[in-house]
Amino acid sequence: MNRPGLLDCMKTVIARDIRIALRRRADVMTSLIFFVIVVSLFPLGIGADPVLLRTLGPGVVWVAALLACMLALGRLFANDHADGTLEQLILSPQPLSLLVLAKTIAHWLTTGLPLVVIAPLLGLQFNLDADALLVLIASLLLGTPTLSLIGAIGAALTLGLRGGGALLALLILPLYIPVLIFGAGAVEATAAALGATAHLSILGALLLCTLVFAPWATALALKIATE
Amino acid sequence: MSSIRWYKYSSPQTFYPLAGRLAPWFGVTAALVALYGLYISFFLAPTDFQQGEAYRIIFIHVPAAWLSMFLYLIMAAWAAIGLAWHTRLSSMMALSIAPTGAVMTFIALWTGALWGKPMWGAWWVWDARLTSELILLFLYLGFMFLHAAIDDPRRADRAAAVIAIVGAINVPIIYFSVKWWNTLHQGASVSLTKSPTMASTMLWGMLIMSVAFWLYSIAAVLTRVRSVILERERNADWVRQLGENA
Amino acid sequence: MRGERSLFKGLCFAMRPGTLLAVRGVNGSGKTSLLRMMCGLLTPAAGTLKWNDTEIGEAGEEFRAQLIYLGHLNGLKDELNATENLRLSLRVAGIAVNDAEAVAALEWSGLRERRHQPCGTLSQGQRRRVALARLQLSQARPLWILDEPFTALDVASVERTRDLIVNHLAAGGMVALTTHQEVPITAPITATVELGV
Repeated sequence: MNRPGLLDCMKTVIARDIRIALRRRADVMTSLIFFVIVVSLFPLGIGADPVLLRTLGPGVVWVAALLACMLALGRLFANDHADGTLEQLILSPQPLSLLVLAKTIAHWLTTGLPLVVIAPLLGLQFNLDADALLVLIASLLLGTPTLSLIGAIGAALTLGLRGGGALLALLILPLYIPVLIFGAGAVEATAAALGATAHLSILGALLLCTLVFAPWATALALKIATE
Repeated sequence: MSSIRWYKYSSPQTFYPLAGRLAPWFGVTAALVALYGLYISFFLAPTDFQQGEAYRIIFIHVPAAWLSMFLYLIMAAWAAIGLAWHTRLSSMMALSIAPTGAVMTFIALWTGALWGKPMWGAWWVWDARLTSELILLFLYLGFMFLHAAIDDPRRADRAAAVIAIVGAINVPIIYFSVKWWNTLHQGASVSLTKSPTMASTMLWGMLIMSVAFWLYSIAAVLTRVRSVILERERNADWVRQLGENA
Repeated sequence: MRGERSLFKGLCFAMRPGTLLAVRGVNGSGKTSLLRMMCGLLTPAAGTLKWNDTEIGEAGEEFRAQLIYLGHLNGLKDELNATENLRLSLRVAGIAVNDAEAVAALEWSGLRERRHQPCGTLSQGQRRRVALARLQLSQARPLWILDEPFTALDVASVERTRDLIVNHLAAGGMVALTTHQEVPITAPITATVELGV
């Protein structure tokens, strides 16, 4: 038997989580459906004036994406914690922060990526034009991984606590605000015929910073939560 | 030499009486400085040309806002120390600072609204600083609620420390993004610095009030930390003896 | 510390190759906590644990590469079948096994026929046996930390597991375990820790 390396371990973790997600398709679909429902609620609450919808569209889609991401975060560690897989992960010789990154990647692939794919269809409901839709996809593509990474910290901190979902929201929604501002801002800037490059670059920078710091903080939070 | 003496106070048992002795001094001094500050605010500072008398609320609003941000950083620092070096007292200090910081934020928000209404006719203005204050309030509440949700005090301290540190790192990011958002969406801003040169008395007044708030915060935190110490260490001998002697 | 109660203090022990450390005590006396401390999952309020003279916190990855832990929870995903669970969890622990080896281990556990069933459909005892199959494939790891390994097992499985542990000890491995059942295990060195007295 040869020793599996780090990349191998990470791939194993990703593959395992994706395989489980595929066998539990209902969980994955729920957050996607939530996304669609929330977006559809807004016109019902605000009115169907096309101009108004076009102005609100980017913000609405982004807020809904944010909430859908948050809803799905409960799944990230809770099941593993309940069946003992999490402690085995912590006991792995590989660095926990990288294994956590692997889990977050798998989580994003099954939660964030579907949102990115569906979002343009929802954007059409808000009369966004092709340019804006393209930027919407780009901003979500850059933003949703950041949301998953930050959310993982919250999920780890609230592991096993009563009132978990609401507490998780209180903890991470303030941290989501920069991503929201630049994400929705990118689309609005495009709609106003200003460039979105600045916004997208900042989103990219946020993603990079979060990639570096968040897994480490999440690993620390997991160790604290499972002691 | 002095470093050895400070070390002596790093245990809850020795810090408890020290905090008890110091708190009243800070409290009384705070009250005196506040009186002086209010005197300046109401009597010495000139009437603002544009804003009339109602502007005087900034003498409470600005110091409260400054304190709210400063206290958050200090809370995060204490929490980080407790996390890194496993010192119980540091975590207790962080826990004691949180409610005072939240109160400061709350005061800043309310006074901001009270200022806004006569000035701009709206109770709430989505200005960059007020919005950041609101988010700061959420960060404080997050810290306190997370701590309250965890039964084991050790896990609670450490988990809350992580969120405090993550929050502290994010505060500048949040502030800048809100500022960006604000300049894009609204032209007007309630920036104090944009107003014509502030009379030096106004600045002096704000500084004095800040000192008063600062002293008050120290007194409040020292008093609160004593309760926290008593609760956490209630099974220790020295606490039982205190109860017997009382 | 559990809550504010101190579970145990003044504990001191050492393990050498071939040592069986039996941790005994009534429910709630801290047996699981002690084992988790030995893994590094739990930090003691005071005191240190060392592996080869290095603190386990510092030794970190090296230490974890020498250890296998079987806790109360089996560490199995309900949605995956036994073979998948075995291979994936071993790879995460740093041991690569191919299909044939996994099947052989499940055969040892008596679960060969059920190896394609999702673990969620297996009984408690069967799941424990899948977890024990992991142990069968980890013989290269010197330190085994087992929390109630014999729970929910039938007599034949208890015998098999006992033999596995005895062989591991004879080959120079170390085993720390807790158990409520009296299972005679011959070991070159046996040490007992009594908690809750």
